[in-house]
Amino acid sequence: MATNNLQNYELMIIFTPVLAEDDYKSAQKKFSDFITTNGGTISHTHPWGLRSLAYPIEKKTTGLYWVLEYSAPTDVNHKLEVQMNRDENVMRHMITSLDKYAVQYNNRKRNKATETEAVNS
Amino acid sequence: MAKQNDIKFLTSTRVEKRQKKYCRFKKMGIRYIDYKDAEFLKKFVNDQGKMLPRRITGNSLKFQRKVAQAVKKARQMALLPYVTDLLK
Repeated sequence: MATNNLQNYELMIIFTPVLAEDDYKSAQKKFSDFITTNGGTISHTHPWGLRSLAYPIEKKTTGLYWVLEYSAPTDVNHKLEVQMNRDENVMRHMITSLDKYAVQYNNRKRNKATETEAVNS
Repeated sequence: MAKQNDIKFLTSTRVEKRQKKYCRFKKMGIRYIDYKDAEFLKKFVNDQGKMLPRRITGNSLKFQRKVAQAVKKARQMALLPYVTDLLK
């Protein structure tokens, strides 16, 4: 199997806005399952939902955003790219690698979010 | 001919001291610039959506490059426009 050193990555996908709610969820599940079956682990998913785009993509002005933070062996991303290019629901995707400051930043941001929820709930 | 120090002006010619620019990332200890945070990145972009140069943002070289990378990623993911007018 591939080298098993896990690197932290962050995947952001824009789905076509025409997707229904459950298609949106099943599309997310498809990709996160793909990562876990290839030996990666999902650390955090954050669906933004419908958002207006800064410029039209494929003649559409809105898109369903989805951000996924995961750590995976180094060769999984290539297979993931192939999957995403093949999937016609995906308008645009981007995989960025996260260094340790990025991971700290994301964790801190998430804790702050849960704190504010706890405060005002 | 009036020599330099003979010339008197009504108001003093002392130009007001320009405030020393500083790199906000070094000062506040920010280590990672998130490309998803479009509101924050708008500070480094003029109202046509173009990136501001270092002499205006006052960033250090290292963080100006990180900001440039983040802005380009945000543009790729349609969080920031490539070119627009009256962005702010």
